[in-house]
Amino acid sequence: MRVKLLSLCMLWLSFSVFSQEYFPKNDGVKTSKNSYTAFTNAKIYVTPTEVLENATLLIQKGKVIAAGTSIEVPDNSITINLEGKYIYPSFIDIYSEFGVEKPKRQRSSGPQYDASRKGYYWNDHIIPDQDAVNKFKFDTNKAKELVENGFGVVNTHIADGIVRGSGVLVALNSEANNSERILEQKSSQFLSFDKSAASNQSYPTSLMGAMALLRQLYHDADWYAKGNADNKDMAIEALIKNQELPQIFDAGNNKLNALRANKIGNEFDIKYIIKGSGYEYERIDEIKNLNSPLIIPLNFPNAYDVTDPYQASKVSLSDMRQWNQAPTNLSVLSSNNISFALTTAENKKVSEFKSNLMKAIEYGLAPEIALAALTEVPAKLLGKSDEMGSLKNGTHANFLITSGPLFEKSTTLYENWVQGQKHIINNMNIKDIRGDYNLKVNGTEYNLSIKGKIESPSIEIKKDTLKIASKLEYNNGWVNVFFAPETDGSKTYTRLTTKVTKSDNLNGSGVLANGTSVNWYATKTSDFESKKKQDKNEVQPKVFPVSFPNKAYGFKNTPQQETILFKNATVWTNENEGVLKNTDVLVKNGKIAEIGTSLSSNEARVIDATGKHLTTGIIDEHSHIAADAINEAGHNSSAEVNIGDVVNPDDINIYRNLSGGVTTIQILHGSANPIGGRSALIKLKWGGSAEDMLIDNAPKFIKFALGENVKQSNWGTTQTIRFPQTRMGVEQVFTDYFQRAKEYKESWNNYNQLSRRAKANSKAPRYDIEMETIAEIINKERFISCHSYVQSEINMLMKVADNFNFNVNTFTHILEGYKVADKMVEHGVGGSTFSDWWAYKYEVKDAIPYNAAIMHDAGVTVAINSDDAEMSRRLNQEAAKTIKYGGVSEEDAWKFVTLNPAKLLHLDDRIGSIKKGKDADLVLWSDHPLSIYAIAEKTMIEGTVYYDYETMQEMQNSINTERNELINMMIAAKNNGMKTQAPVKKEEKHFHCDSL
Amino acid sequence: MKKTILNIAACVFAITSIMAQQTPAPKQSKSILIMNATAHLGNGEVIENSLIGFKDGKLSLVADATTSKLDQQAYDEIIEAAGKHVYPGFIACNATLGLVEIDAVRATDDEDEIGGMIPNIRSLIAYNAESQIVESMRPNGVLMAQITPRGGRISGTSSVVQLDAWNWEDAAIKVDDAIHLNWPNSFTRGRWWLGEDPGMKPNKKYPEDLDDVVSFINEAKAYLKGDQTPRNLPYEALSGLIDGTQKLYIHVDGEKEILDAINFSQENNIKIVIVGGRESYKVADMLAENNIPVLVGRPHSLPAGEDTNVKQPYKLAALLTEKGVLVSIDPSGSMERMNTRNLPFYAGTFAAYGLNKEQAIALLTLNAAKILGIDDLAGSLEIGKDATLFISEGDALDMRTNKLSKAFIQGRDISLESHQTELYHRYNSKINGK
Repeated sequence: MRVKLLSLCMLWLSFSVFSQEYFPKNDGVKTSKNSYTAFTNAKIYVTPTEVLENATLLIQKGKVIAAGTSIEVPDNSITINLEGKYIYPSFIDIYSEFGVEKPKRQRSSGPQYDASRKGYYWNDHIIPDQDAVNKFKFDTNKAKELVENGFGVVNTHIADGIVRGSGVLVALNSEANNSERILEQKSSQFLSFDKSAASNQSYPTSLMGAMALLRQLYHDADWYAKGNADNKDMAIEALIKNQELPQIFDAGNNKLNALRANKIGNEFDIKYIIKGSGYEYERIDEIKNLNSPLIIPLNFPNAYDVTDPYQASKVSLSDMRQWNQAPTNLSVLSSNNISFALTTAENKKVSEFKSNLMKAIEYGLAPEIALAALTEVPAKLLGKSDEMGSLKNGTHANFLITSGPLFEKSTTLYENWVQGQKHIINNMNIKDIRGDYNLKVNGTEYNLSIKGKIESPSIEIKKDTLKIASKLEYNNGWVNVFFAPETDGSKTYTRLTTKVTKSDNLNGSGVLANGTSVNWYATKTSDFESKKKQDKNEVQPKVFPVSFPNKAYGFKNTPQQETILFKNATVWTNENEGVLKNTDVLVKNGKIAEIGTSLSSNEARVIDATGKHLTTGIIDEHSHIAADAINEAGHNSSAEVNIGDVVNPDDINIYRNLSGGVTTIQILHGSANPIGGRSALIKLKWGGSAEDMLIDNAPKFIKFALGENVKQSNWGTTQTIRFPQTRMGVEQVFTDYFQRAKEYKESWNNYNQLSRRAKANSKAPRYDIEMETIAEIINKERFISCHSYVQSEINMLMKVADNFNFNVNTFTHILEGYKVADKMVEHGVGGSTFSDWWAYKYEVKDAIPYNAAIMHDAGVTVAINSDDAEMSRRLNQEAAKTIKYGGVSEEDAWKFVTLNPAKLLHLDDRIGSIKKGKDADLVLWSDHPLSIYAIAEKTMIEGTVYYDYETMQEMQNSINTERNELINMMIAAKNNGMKTQAPVKKEEKHFHCDSL
Repeated sequence: MKKTILNIAACVFAITSIMAQQTPAPKQSKSILIMNATAHLGNGEVIENSLIGFKDGKLSLVADATTSKLDQQAYDEIIEAAGKHVYPGFIACNATLGLVEIDAVRATDDEDEIGGMIPNIRSLIAYNAESQIVESMRPNGVLMAQITPRGGRISGTSSVVQLDAWNWEDAAIKVDDAIHLNWPNSFTRGRWWLGEDPGMKPNKKYPEDLDDVVSFINEAKAYLKGDQTPRNLPYEALSGLIDGTQKLYIHVDGEKEILDAINFSQENNIKIVIVGGRESYKVADMLAENNIPVLVGRPHSLPAGEDTNVKQPYKLAALLTEKGVLVSIDPSGSMERMNTRNLPFYAGTFAAYGLNKEQAIALLTLNAAKILGIDDLAGSLEIGKDATLFISEGDALDMRTNKLSKAFIQGRDISLESHQTELYHRYNSKINGK
């Protein structure tokens, strides 16, 4: 056995293209190879667009010497005649995990807040110092799979961590060793939003935390590079070095993460190469605006198995549409002139990648774009255009030999040469026996047709027009045919065999079903024709149009701003005028243009509002919908994170909120820590992008929190090590951070006052996003909305704020506000509360539904909020409860969900009442808006109607029709033998304050 | 005068002993007449100007004031209620009041016993009649409830109580009224910790799970036919179900599961009630045909999925009622105990989306009483039934006007104060001088 291994080893060495010339040699004499190999008479794709007919490719020592039509072949050449065959550059996978094992997830019994590594960055998930080359082990099996599907080079990396360190560029040359096939030891740097499995360090627990961490890291690297740091940080040093490399960012499966990664890149002037989700077509305009090169995976979802109608009913329209639309992704990208490379990263098998690519071509992707995405584009992105990705002089001799056009089903890939080393995939010398024949066996004539692939053809035998069960085997130059001559189903077979010769006809011997030996003759009547050409006019598969967002109730055509005249409504102005009966309101250019009686307008769409109520849109001061993350729980302060980074405009709850008359919300960070993150103030412009929804020049807010959640009372018994664990500690957290922020600002002020020369001679303070944010609070540039319950802590935070000379803006929840309402008035803080929630935890034992009324009567600006995707749809009813509990007047109760939250959000100059010049954010109600019987009929934001009760009902019908059509298409796909997956009911994520 | 003194005494008592519960009202000793209110009888009928009389805890007069002669002298106390509304006490089916006090405090949690098939577990004996949450129901008109254990496959046995009592024994209206079964789900959540997709996928074990239920019932049947030794408490607890004196409340949402449950009830000759029934509207005809009532999930829930009509949960009661199904409301869900006081507004929401107001009232009154099997003594304002009723300033299904001035349980004039109203009075006085 040992001997055998040794000899294998030697065989392998002798095949090596290169010799390591300065290595001692003890196994024989030195054998240098300087001869050329010439591939002649081929159709050569030097690049996807530079195609040479009847040309020659000349290679030597693993490199392309020349490709052209008038190449002189040197004497010392091996010549291979490729008449009728094609040569392409072999493929590059720019995003690979080839040969690099990921670390396994570490289990831990409790939380870990500090980094495990010493001498490196403070966060274990920042690992720029790790180099894939150190972990790289050539994986022969995977290499074989890749080579068989046309790949020659992969750019592989350790797919672990937020900054993942450098990748390594490897040629898939299984006959060489690492000294030859490693093309670039540090080819690129990889990044992602996902934490390392190797560490349990908590921070960041969220997407927005990962984004904040990256930003801080870039600031720190800049500061460090300028020599400001006293300590040594090997991670930052590695990052600084790696910054020169191409930066490849894995944006993961979240459709919106490509935009998020790009946003960070823009802030720091870094052009990321972004690996997308595969669903770029859904918001192609935004993707186009990135102006960023992309890497696209090709894992199309399988059809759902929807034959069981009950199970089918659980699959969402958006999931079914993805199955239908995903194959168009590449053609949509390409028709928008967006440059992309392709990756096999998300395919379990490389063959699946290839079949999906064929499918993408079927759905309109041009083959030359597909080829570019696998050759030219990745080479360019890696800065290696001179070395790979084409067959220009001097590039690695990485190329494919095929029987025909690369992306046609009937084409055979014969050989994949990597670094001048031949890898045979299919025998090139195999004779093409495909075509139509006239078959004669024992006096009977049949029509025989051989089709499919050259190396594995299939057969069809017909007697007259009747199809006969038959099978063909074609191995090592021999053909065996079996068929049932009788059509009566009797299981007897005629067996024929022959050796394939130069002749086009097949003649041989065989055995009849009854055992009699016979001779047979198959005379070729016509050659095989690629089916592709005949089927050019084949109907393209039906693709449903994308809607915005691309799911149920999305808009096929986004609604437009209108001039609208509401006639004869009961108008709740929220101004001194109070509630006006029989009043008209004119909306123009997104604003309230006029309020009065007998208004008219030529251009306006008139809506008869007789018997109906018109109000300003509801504002939810405390919402957690429309976000991909809510809590960054990894630190006790996370002022650096921003919900604005993770707004999700596709959340169906936006539409559901509109159906309840909500037009504006504050998406607050959760309450996992005393100092939370920054808020996003959005208008619910359903169908728009996150950027469309974010309110321009919105006042800045941050979430604070007190009590059980921040001291982790209900987090489980292991969560007892993060400070604070008591209300006593909570106070200290605030005092500490405010003091530090104050000192931080002072140190910057001092530094900024230095002369240029003095600056050069002293160290700059470190730019700290968290401290910058907290300093904004002290400077009254950012407002606090603080999650709060019991009176002691409410009182405490007001005192802390007093000490730092600012006001708390809003206490949210504030369920014991009624106990300290006088102190709140004195401090000047508003209260945004629940109407009647209580008893869900100990600190809400004394929560009473009269809270709003008592605070209101005391002079506090009171709002009623939801903190809940369900309740937010009926905040009008929640406001009405304050009439029952405490006798608030109807007009004041209505302001609790409109004008007052506008005031608390410092947006009351724009929204919150029906006043000339304010934003036309309006709701038309069927009934008194505080009545349980009121239904929101129309919800408008800035003059655009985003929700209409009747339209919603119509949409419901078209959803059902489209679902039904898609289900039928999926059943047809299943019947055609396509792979299916079990139906999945999507789980909606609903966040509350304490959702982690 | 005497009454005034008593009231002052009550106030002082309330202020000085803030942590104590309201004292249950004593037995009705005086006959009472409510005059000129709009009476919503609970059976769909309305008397615009009514006379409602009751003594010894029972209704003795339900009449139209415009057509009936009245002997005012026959009553010890007369309540003039013109412009106000009278309703039968609202009934919460499938509630967990008194089983948990504070959700996040484990020590106060008594709703879910361990074990899969535990019909022998009885909610009644854990029902805390002095719960602060229970007393917060009454000011909204919720005066009776079916107290139901949660969890497991067969969770246990419920009982029906009235919500003004010294202890569970006094509270009980119908002891051990029904058994509760959480029907298996034909979909199951992916085990994400094993690397599976966390979404819901078809449950391959569904038939097996169903079989477990059927086997358990069959084993109980066999046991009950024999000499019953050695004693088996769970099987014994099914005897009422098997002899037809108890109903089985099947907690189930999916269309397929509901059909399976109907089939199960027919094959095993068991009377059932569907609880939750999110997709019950898809099989409404079948439910009506088989006289199977539904406690519809509370309308304050989100639609089942992205594709579902945005208003679907609001429409469910009407979709079933119009097909002839007997419907009441299931208040279960997140923060269900404290939210149970919102039952009137759940009904109001159903009225906004398809039911007429009297139909919506019936959900919480006569329909509920029929489903629970207490319609001989509760659920409507009819002579001979318990005088469990309340007077509201206006429409009790609307938050703005649900303001109770009086409530009676079995004729007892109960307190409408609570821990919450006491805090209100105390701090409204401190802060606003009111």
